[in-house]
Amino acid sequence: MTAAIGQPLDRVDGHAKVTGAGRYSAEIALPGLAHAVLVTSRIPSGRVELIDTYDAERAEGVLAVLHHLNLPKGGSVPPLLPSLFGAAASGQTFFPMQDEVIHYAGQHLAMVVAETLDQAEHAARLVRVTYQETASITTVEQGRDRAYEAEKIFAGFIPGRIARGDAAAALDRAQVTVENTYYCAANHHNPIECSATTAVWEGDRLTLYDATQGPNATLHTVAELLNVMPSHIRVVTDYVGGSFGCKAMIWDHPALAALAARAVHRPVRLALSREQMFSSVGHREEQEQRLTLGADRDGRLTAIRHHKLSPTSHFDDWAEPSLGVASQMYACPDYEGVYRLIKANTMTPTFTRCPGEASGMFVMETSMDELAEKLDLDPLELRLRNYAETDPGSGNPWSSKGLRDCYRRGAELARWSERDPRPGTQRDGNWLLGWGMASSGYPVTPPGNPQRARARIFADGSAVVQSSFSDIGTGSATAMTQVAADGLGVPLERMRVQYGDSDLPNTAAAVGSAGAGMVSAAVHIAATALRDQLIAQAVADEHSPLHGADPRQVVVSDGRMALRDRPGTGETYAELLQRSFMPDAEALGTWNPPGMDTPYGTMTFGAQFAQVAVDPDLGLCRVRQLIGVFDPGRVLNRKTAHSQLMGGMLWGMSHALLEGTIMGPDGRWANASLGEYLVPVNADAPDVVIETIETTDTVVNPLGVKGVGEVGMVGTAAAIANAIWHATGRRHHRLPITIESLL
Amino acid sequence: MVASHLPDAVQGPGRVDVVLNVNGATHVVRIEPRVSLLDCLRDHMNLTGAKKGCNQGACGACTVWVDKRRVVACLTLAIACEGREITTIEGMADNGSLHPMQKAFLTEDAFQCGYCTPGQIMSAVALLAEGHAGSDAEIGEWMSGNICRCAAYPNIRTAIRDVRDGVGGVRGATG
Repeated sequence: MTAAIGQPLDRVDGHAKVTGAGRYSAEIALPGLAHAVLVTSRIPSGRVELIDTYDAERAEGVLAVLHHLNLPKGGSVPPLLPSLFGAAASGQTFFPMQDEVIHYAGQHLAMVVAETLDQAEHAARLVRVTYQETASITTVEQGRDRAYEAEKIFAGFIPGRIARGDAAAALDRAQVTVENTYYCAANHHNPIECSATTAVWEGDRLTLYDATQGPNATLHTVAELLNVMPSHIRVVTDYVGGSFGCKAMIWDHPALAALAARAVHRPVRLALSREQMFSSVGHREEQEQRLTLGADRDGRLTAIRHHKLSPTSHFDDWAEPSLGVASQMYACPDYEGVYRLIKANTMTPTFTRCPGEASGMFVMETSMDELAEKLDLDPLELRLRNYAETDPGSGNPWSSKGLRDCYRRGAELARWSERDPRPGTQRDGNWLLGWGMASSGYPVTPPGNPQRARARIFADGSAVVQSSFSDIGTGSATAMTQVAADGLGVPLERMRVQYGDSDLPNTAAAVGSAGAGMVSAAVHIAATALRDQLIAQAVADEHSPLHGADPRQVVVSDGRMALRDRPGTGETYAELLQRSFMPDAEALGTWNPPGMDTPYGTMTFGAQFAQVAVDPDLGLCRVRQLIGVFDPGRVLNRKTAHSQLMGGMLWGMSHALLEGTIMGPDGRWANASLGEYLVPVNADAPDVVIETIETTDTVVNPLGVKGVGEVGMVGTAAAIANAIWHATGRRHHRLPITIESLL
Repeated sequence: MVASHLPDAVQGPGRVDVVLNVNGATHVVRIEPRVSLLDCLRDHMNLTGAKKGCNQGACGACTVWVDKRRVVACLTLAIACEGREITTIEGMADNGSLHPMQKAFLTEDAFQCGYCTPGQIMSAVALLAEGHAGSDAEIGEWMSGNICRCAAYPNIRTAIRDVRDGVGGVRGATG
């Protein structure tokens, strides 16, 4: 039997997805189901003076209209803590409908519950809100004068100022410097499935069908918000229609759905509209970054100064860590990084695919390209001269690093050495052609809590592995089936993985590209524990052909235990269990992750190459090819891993050329729809070449899985911007790069 | 059967009986005339294969066929579909056996989260019938009404090519 791990197995949930049979969280059919619709604030700052619900309450089918004057109060808002810690994980430390104060446009002010969705939507329009508006700040430009240096950001985990050596002095001494100010527009995740929760009370027990990256994150957050014991809540997440970070933290709607259901004594579905998705589940904040690189004439970096300025909410000091990976990519003795914030009338920004890595590495990798130009060096050679043999921040060795191989292989695929380094020299009709490259990196972060899975085998030899994680489209359920099959030693078709349910053994939320690594650890430990338990039983059983054997000499394949050097001697799991009158056997596996202070730098690396064609008369940019080579440690499923990396790279293309949420002069997002917030369509997406360099990593987790969920996006935008420079001779420091800026 | 619902008959604004032919079966639903075909399928007929992504015709997740033509069900009134033949993703598999396009999507990993997938498949099958699958560029253009936020686009093109060329979805891994 060949190993299942690594095989390009089709998705185990694929049949349900291509037939439309899979039920997402807003598709659970329940008797007596009622529908809730939110009423949101039209102003960014002020007070609700009057909320008139007279007509709404009398509209046909309406069961309740809930708002700050009548919503039952519950528990307390838990602190903002990343859901990778496995505990309650509020997206922001604000819960709406508790008083009349309005902090941001789109804030949830009222909730109408009715028999049908149409009735609820109609009645929601009948709720009349009278506002008392006050002055607001919603952009970097408006708040620049009020910026402050953050003490800490990112839930308190990252200091607002990070320094080693003396960057200012080193920059003064530098033989060459490159200094630029960059701007990145705000982004919204926009998974095609809008967030939704269906809430069902049975007595004092609550079941939530919730679109979430972490069923347990939903459970713990709602438990605190409603002051309900965690043991009384179950969260079911069978299918999630994409997330990209907006379902990583827990926002107010699951708790509101539960409150609505309690108020009307019926199951209630609360599904956000597309427009509400722009002001209900966080965003990637608008940001300005100023980066100064200092180097000697050979191109060796001597100093990096990287400052970021961005708006956050009134309640939380949040900035995506844009300085992080950019500060770890190259060896450099002197460094200064500073996060400055502006209190603004927006909700708390949140994780958006490659939170900080994408924006920070756009900045770093564009400046590196300019440095190469200034020094008349090949951009790839410049990166090799600054290759970080150890983690520049801590000085620790890397747990694994295959970046040199990624550069080499990527350059080979892109035929980089044949590139004429002079910009604006290649044409295809009216199209100017250019090639650009950039480095990629995404940190490997351990979860904060032990990860668990349970393996169970039945007397017919079939098996199930259970763990609570949700599969948001990454393919984790498929990969875990492979890990479980190999661990227990049974064929794939006899292994099932049950997941997406907080009643199953505990895991943290599948966020930060950490899902495959941490869940595979628990699944592997559970499956091998069950294997070892059955081997121990066999060698102790005088009726077993393996009786008296050294358990270390017993191997399992295809559901059969046998001696390593005498494969003829052995028996199947099924034979052992049936003879022992055991209908099943099971084992729990627990992985205790290494702490955050592991003495290693841990990162997935990669190299990206892009070819673009620019029509300078029409301001059009077409990405003709993307090439990415990554070192994600062990690849659990080649097919789904490549899809993750491909999706990430196309997200990077989108970040470069399309995506930007625009704040209107009225303090509301001006393009809150899929018609006006541009994302790639099929015709925008070029073919993508992806290869992986499999490195062995014995530090990060038992199977050495570093993760593929996000690294694909890191560096793509810079590779494209650098290719545009190569095509046209013009640099771009603002994302997205629009037609206007290309003209 | 549709005679009582001739266009000049005033219906609504209250609930009325609407007779719909979906995937070859006749259904009578009691809905308000303002109910979209998408909400009718999902909330009144328990056919949730057609997805709601934007409810304003921008994403294509709700793509179904009306008289074999692809339409966005969120911008189509259910009551306007009386007397027409509606086909949804639930009607694509033949007696439990997947349509070749469904098989090709599975084999080529032409989706990740799966939420846009029913709409993509309804579009893809119609695209072949329309004769719009001549080249990758043509496929890309005529599939651009269906957004895939996971960005499985290159694999979607491959799946469509597989069915067009009769490959039957037997290719190996991507890359």
